[in-house]
Amino acid sequence: MRARAPMALLCIGGLAGCERVRHGVQSALDPAGHQAGRIADLWWLFLAVLAAVYALVLILLLVAAFRPRRRGRVPVGSAFPQEAPTERRLTRVLVAWAVGTTAIILTLTGFSYAVDRDILSLGHRAELTVEITAKQWWWQVKYDDPVPNRSFETANEIRLPVGVPVRVILKAQDVIHSFWVPNLHGKTDLIPGRVNETVIVANREGRFRGQCAEFCGFQHANMALDVVAVPRAEFDAWRESQLAPAVAPSDEQSQEGQRVFLTSACVMCHTIRGTTAASRVGPDLTHIATRPSLAAGTLPYSKGNLAGWIADPQRIKPGSQMPVTGLSADQLQSVLAYLDGLK
Amino acid sequence: MERSPHFTADLAHLPTSAHGPRSTTWWGTLGFILIEATAFALAAAAYFYLMGQTETWPPGQSPPDWLWGTVQLVLMLASLWPNLWTDRVAHADDLRRVRIGLVVMSAIGLLTLVVRAFEFGALNCRWDDNAYGSIVWVLLGLHATHLITDVGDTLVLTVLMFTKHVEPRRFTDVTDNCVYWNFVVCAWVPLWALLYVVPRLV
Amino acid sequence: MSARDTSARDSARFIRRDGPALGEAETHARLERTWATPPGLWGWLSSVDHKQVGRRYIVTAFVFFLLAGLLALAMRMQLAGPNQTLLTPDRYNQIFTMHGTTMMFLFAVPVMEAFAIYLVPLMVGTRAIAFPRLNAFSYWVYLAGGVMLWVAFILNVGPDVGWFSYVPLAGPQFGPGKRTDFWAQMVTFTEVAALAVAVEIIVTVLKQRAPGMSLNRIPLFVWGQLVTSSMVVFAMPAVMVSSSMLIMDRLIGTHFFNPAEGGDALLWQHLFWFFGHPEVYIIFLPATGFVSSILPVFARRPIFGYTALVLALFATGFLGFGLWVHHMFVTGLPHLGNSFYTAASMAIAIPSGIQIFCWLATLWDGRPRFATPLLFIIGFIVIFVLGGLSGIMLASVPIDSQVHDTYFVVAHFHYVLIGGAVFPLFGAVYYWFPKFTGRMLSERAGAWNFALFFVGFNLAFFPMHILGLIGMPRRIYSYPAGLGWDDLNLLATAGALILAAGVLVFLGNVWHSLKYGLVAGDNPWGAGTLEWATSSPPPSVNFVHIPVVTGREPLWEEPNGLAAVSGLRVDQRELLLTTVVDAEPDVREPSPMPSIWPLLSAIAVTVLFIGSIFTPWAVVWGSIPLAVGLIGWFWPKSPPDTPEPVVE
Repeated sequence: MRARAPMALLCIGGLAGCERVRHGVQSALDPAGHQAGRIADLWWLFLAVLAAVYALVLILLLVAAFRPRRRGRVPVGSAFPQEAPTERRLTRVLVAWAVGTTAIILTLTGFSYAVDRDILSLGHRAELTVEITAKQWWWQVKYDDPVPNRSFETANEIRLPVGVPVRVILKAQDVIHSFWVPNLHGKTDLIPGRVNETVIVANREGRFRGQCAEFCGFQHANMALDVVAVPRAEFDAWRESQLAPAVAPSDEQSQEGQRVFLTSACVMCHTIRGTTAASRVGPDLTHIATRPSLAAGTLPYSKGNLAGWIADPQRIKPGSQMPVTGLSADQLQSVLAYLDGLK
Repeated sequence: MERSPHFTADLAHLPTSAHGPRSTTWWGTLGFILIEATAFALAAAAYFYLMGQTETWPPGQSPPDWLWGTVQLVLMLASLWPNLWTDRVAHADDLRRVRIGLVVMSAIGLLTLVVRAFEFGALNCRWDDNAYGSIVWVLLGLHATHLITDVGDTLVLTVLMFTKHVEPRRFTDVTDNCVYWNFVVCAWVPLWALLYVVPRLV
Repeated sequence: MSARDTSARDSARFIRRDGPALGEAETHARLERTWATPPGLWGWLSSVDHKQVGRRYIVTAFVFFLLAGLLALAMRMQLAGPNQTLLTPDRYNQIFTMHGTTMMFLFAVPVMEAFAIYLVPLMVGTRAIAFPRLNAFSYWVYLAGGVMLWVAFILNVGPDVGWFSYVPLAGPQFGPGKRTDFWAQMVTFTEVAALAVAVEIIVTVLKQRAPGMSLNRIPLFVWGQLVTSSMVVFAMPAVMVSSSMLIMDRLIGTHFFNPAEGGDALLWQHLFWFFGHPEVYIIFLPATGFVSSILPVFARRPIFGYTALVLALFATGFLGFGLWVHHMFVTGLPHLGNSFYTAASMAIAIPSGIQIFCWLATLWDGRPRFATPLLFIIGFIVIFVLGGLSGIMLASVPIDSQVHDTYFVVAHFHYVLIGGAVFPLFGAVYYWFPKFTGRMLSERAGAWNFALFFVGFNLAFFPMHILGLIGMPRRIYSYPAGLGWDDLNLLATAGALILAAGVLVFLGNVWHSLKYGLVAGDNPWGAGTLEWATSSPPPSVNFVHIPVVTGREPLWEEPNGLAAVSGLRVDQRELLLTTVVDAEPDVREPSPMPSIWPLLSAIAVTVLFIGSIFTPWAVVWGSIPLAVGLIGWFWPKSPPDTPEPVVE
């Protein structure tokens, strides 16, 4: 009766969830990496055990509330004896219950520790290092290399080779953020004044979405990033192309665009390697046209979206650090042509 | 109208006030002591936490000068003796002696405030220098707040004992105040160590 | 016998005290004259009657509950679909902050305090709460803090950094203006009030119990409030210290949380959560007291496992202080430390589980009657247990690393807080409304209230478990389409509306029943605890005669009426202090008359606290009127004991 309602809700919720959990680009239940996989397994185990416990409690509640019992007036006061045998029996069951609870807790804790150790051990096998500095409200991503001139920066995007663990160094410049790519791993905070570290690895190709998971101010809701897992060869090729300086503008409109870019407010915040624009306040734009999305995952990349963003960033992401640039329509078109060519 | 209940005991003979744990105000005082002690403990924990975050401690300043802090320590420990005496004579409802004790404790209390002012001047840091300066000023300030409120309380009680409002409850107020002063002194001992000794040890 | 006691000197014929010599009607009349609060505005402002103060607290807390609930509806409307623009980011961020802050600081803790203030003195058989003027003072301070915060919010300078206000976002550099200062100072107001009430409750329970109410006969509700109050004493200082440090960082340039000058952002989290985790048990334990009070009455048998339940309360109280780092599992702390907190967080399930068993056993071995209070208790078990189980998931570091700061956590804490505290609270309202007002609430409306709550709540919050797992973080003012979050969010919004309908039914029920509800007698439910031994509502003096207690359910032990003690004064306010363990009569304690000084002192405190948001000098100058208020408060009013006038 009363417990059927929640049971039904659980089923509905479960069914509703089921189809979504099979495919999700930002889902902890669609693991694409070793750690996310182990954590998901652990979660399903917990769910199974705890759902069984819950079902038991609900059944006991139903029985306790609705079991048939003897009718007749129940005397109160000192004439209302507590039957000693019942009390003793219930006490024995209580002890069993407490022991059972403890046993379940210990078991689940043991499994949790085991998974914890397993996913930590990945750190030793990292082959790549990426350094993320979180800022309000975007991700500055630096691919480190022992050879200094083979390091490069990008923004709001991580590409990694399938099967290769990547060490991610986590720093924050302003407030606390949290780096979370649920398909690959749990989250780790980026805290000003501290350096944290995590490791991610993708077991299969795919494009995943990460999102900042610690409230960081105004545009916390729009601080996502793209994580793309590709075969090793494709990754190496991408890396080489990212290392290269910006593609020189080939046609007149693009050249005009570059000129406009370098003589307006854009250079106050952005870097385009190979030109004089070298500010690191905002994202590096050297290869912007290769990115899946804009404005930290707020818009998919397209020339139209880029136009909308540059023309009025405050309309799309109010409060973001990018001001309205005040370019004329012609200037905007030429800058667009230039930026869209930065592959 | 209802019947009277069966009366099992007549309590007219019970006193209307009592010293120590028999009174509610003693427990109230204890409650506030626990609250303040927790606050001190947490501030001290914050001190150690911040110390653990920093390479050198103090980071760039010299530790507070010994003199005034140690004078304060000696003064406060010495004050325990007249405090205990006042507590004893208050238990005995000895008005004349209680008046003497309260005047003495008021004077000592005011003296500790004067010394505290000098301590602030001798800290060798400002609260806005760095985290060390901030926690040092807060620890000293937290204890100073207790000194101020306890001295205020003692002064009011002293005045009261010279008015027509002397009654048994006043004597229990005095004993509760003595308990609180014990706490203020006991809290100062570890704080003194924290502020004046620890920076010289690490 | 002390020589100070004037009664020894005076002849017996001049003293009028209760007892066999004074008739019942005369005793009632004289006690009412002595204990009544004067009518009119002055009486209302100067009242020190714990029942009046308790009612104020309850009404005020429920007003804040409604306000915070409206904010929740606003959020749900905004999130019902992707990319909506009902609320701007700034307004949304203020709203979610105000929702959490209001619910936690202005509703949940105060309403539990409120029931303690009203019920604990009645349940232990005394005439007043300990330190009645402090009690009155605490209400005004609480009210001032809540009003200040909401005025700030209405003026668009409400806090917008979440109810736990992490730094550096809340610090001087990234949180300019006064928004966060209003939040931090509201915390100071409410913590002062809560600490005051905690001390009062502890002293009332330890010293003012009726004769014969030894420790093993204390009602479980009272045990719960005793443990809760002890937790308040040790937990609230942490948030006072941390919020004061935050105000100082913002106002006078200290560097507690500034990493550039040796401070640490995590210091805030440690200090806050050292308070924040016990806080949720401060909310939950009184609710277990509600359950333990209501179940025996509607299962019609004494509670099973009294000792186990008391031990479970203490175990929860202790363990609750050892869990706080589970809020910080993803901040990069050493792993070994995290493992300890996993174990502790799992371990607290054991006392909770024992409590659940004892309640189920009571129901099983009893003969249930399904009145509204019992419905809410059953709802509590269904919902709270689910929340507790999701808590076990969160205790695991790997699982937490995925679902921390997502809607999974939002689902978890609403299940444990609404299931574990709000459902028992509504059960408590239906149960004790007759005692507070003398009228019964409608059972029919109560059943609708319960059903709408139950269905609405589960529909609103169950989908959030899934939303968190499929990637939806907390505290986002909107979300993009295409991530599979749309339908579940819409479902949650529908559930919220149903829940709101339940609230409306409740309000209607209260409104109607105050006027037209069935008149309740002293003990309409046939309960066993002492508050039901006096009239509904109780007279100003609570008990015309201090009862003698012979068992855990005094009214069930003595169906022919309770014995009493005599000898207390009827012409001056007097109550009985007993010994801590065995509750043997010990001292006749005078109780304060109504006084305006608590209100005046509270006004002084308000000026000091609000002033110090704007300038540190407010602390200095503001302490002068405060000192005046406090001295006025404690200055004795009347000359010392004179022989009582002869009254024939």
